Amino acid sequence: MAWAKDTARGPVPGVNARPRTDLPVLLPFGGTAGGTGLFQRFDGRLFVDLKARHGLWLAALIILWAGAAEAAAPGTFIWTIESLFDWAPFILEGFVLNILISVFAMAIGTVAGAALGLMQVSLLLPVRTGSWIVTQFFRNSPWLVLLFCIMLLFPFEIDLGFVIIPIPDWMKAVIGFALPVMANLSEVVRGAVQSLPSGQWESAESLAFTRRQTLWMIILPQCIKRMIPPWINWYCILTMATPLASIMGVEESVTHTVQAMNALGDRPELLGPFYFFLLFIHFIYTYPIARWSISLERKFAVKI
Amino acid sequence: MSETTTNGGWTPDQPMVSIKDVHKSFGDLEVLKGVSMDIMKGECICIIGPSGSGKSTLIRCVNALNDIQKGSITVEGIEVNDPNLNKLELRKKVGMVFQQYNLFPHKTALENVMMAPIHVLKQDKAEVETKARVLIKKVRLEGKEASYPGELSGGQQQRVAIARSLAMNPDVMLFDEVTSALDPETVKEVLVTIQDLAEEGMTCVLVTHEMGFAREVANHIYFTDRGVIVEHGPPATFFGDAKDPRTKEFLSQIL
Repeated sequence: MAWAKDTARGPVPGVNARPRTDLPVLLPFGGTAGGTGLFQRFDGRLFVDLKARHGLWLAALIILWAGAAEAAAPGTFIWTIESLFDWAPFILEGFVLNILISVFAMAIGTVAGAALGLMQVSLLLPVRTGSWIVTQFFRNSPWLVLLFCIMLLFPFEIDLGFVIIPIPDWMKAVIGFALPVMANLSEVVRGAVQSLPSGQWESAESLAFTRRQTLWMIILPQCIKRMIPPWINWYCILTMATPLASIMGVEESVTHTVQAMNALGDRPELLGPFYFFLLFIHFIYTYPIARWSISLERKFAVKI
Repeated sequence: MSETTTNGGWTPDQPMVSIKDVHKSFGDLEVLKGVSMDIMKGECICIIGPSGSGKSTLIRCVNALNDIQKGSITVEGIEVNDPNLNKLELRKKVGMVFQQYNLFPHKTALENVMMAPIHVLKQDKAEVETKARVLIKKVRLEGKEASYPGELSGGQQQRVAIARSLAMNPDVMLFDEVTSALDPETVKEVLVTIQDLAEEGMTCVLVTHEMGFAREVANHIYFTDRGVIVEHGPPATFFGDAKDPRTKEFLSQIL
């Protein structure tokens, strides 16, 4: 969209084409100029630019499919849709837990990841090495395996002698998801700090700022902007991963969908509509957030 | 130890910056091979020489941005090559301006100037602001107080950087090729600012390629090549009567 060709003026670097220099280039934002294709490129990456008409195409496709299904077995389609309406609140209830898990896991992952990332830029070798190992370990482990480990490692309740605190499965899932998020955000923080030119550190140093002051007053404020788009991106990835918790029996949207289909007698014609509905609610939640992160990335694509 | 961190009985009639037989290597590459110079209070010194001759490294060593392997550098009696050096105390005396300006892009020009006195020297904010506005005026940037570095030209940014450094009230200012990244038209405005400073009696050390400036403003010129000082002298002698063949060759190429 941002780099789409402008036929009237031709490509102008930094305005409607990629900047060609490292000099300060202010990119336009807020405008809707640019291409209209389904597949767009931003910063070399492909992304899908969905518009309302794409939804219409999809609806047409569904009607076509429904018609075919109805023709093959008269009566079943109406029944399927009715069942879906009956059970949609139950599935949505499960989806609320997905959101809850993602929000909590993101909160914990952000706090822990920020701390770990700052440790990665520490001057103390043991701190730096230790945090690097922790980061690499959790960043490169399969999320599902981490989830299994946490689910099985954590007790289902903690007995403090005078009171027993139960730990529900979904809270354990929160921890399980927070760990890889923490590790990835740790890398985001480290990368952002190291992406700043060394001149910033040097000029702060020559003005007699301490390292701590430099980090908090000069380096990090400049990093926040750079970190917001990847941070949102990781939230989207996390949200899309939360259905993994269903494997551990957490009562989230996938578990509820399966339970609903069980209750309806596990008829195969339910699979399509029910899973499609599940996909749909996840998409409706995540896609706007992903779009928002791209628009923020564009907004912050100002080189100084 | 207490003697090394105090000024060792320095008095203004002694050299403000004294560099003695300084050696500095980056790995196997020896950049400074025994450099010595004395800079008196109020002097303006220009260090010139071909790229890679160690000029920038030398002045970076003066405020301990680079450490040295051998020799001694003292600033007002403070030994820089001391493992127990109080770097903050040293840097309060030594201001530095860089080729790439290195302003803090998230702060306005005024805030850039005010930051260090407030947070490092813990001075009163209102007083610092008054002083900062005077400094901005001094570098001829009145009206640009609220501008962010990204909105200023290179020359303007560099003058903010000078004001920022001056706000710390340093005794000596180091300028590391401060005009090399600028447009030819904006070079002059920065040099005029430095000239004003030098004429007010600020001790200035410049690494520069601006021969016209060196000839007009400097009290003393040092020519470095391959890590040693080849020749030095007051501008008249240096430009008019260079003895060393390397100096002659360099001058013939740039003058």
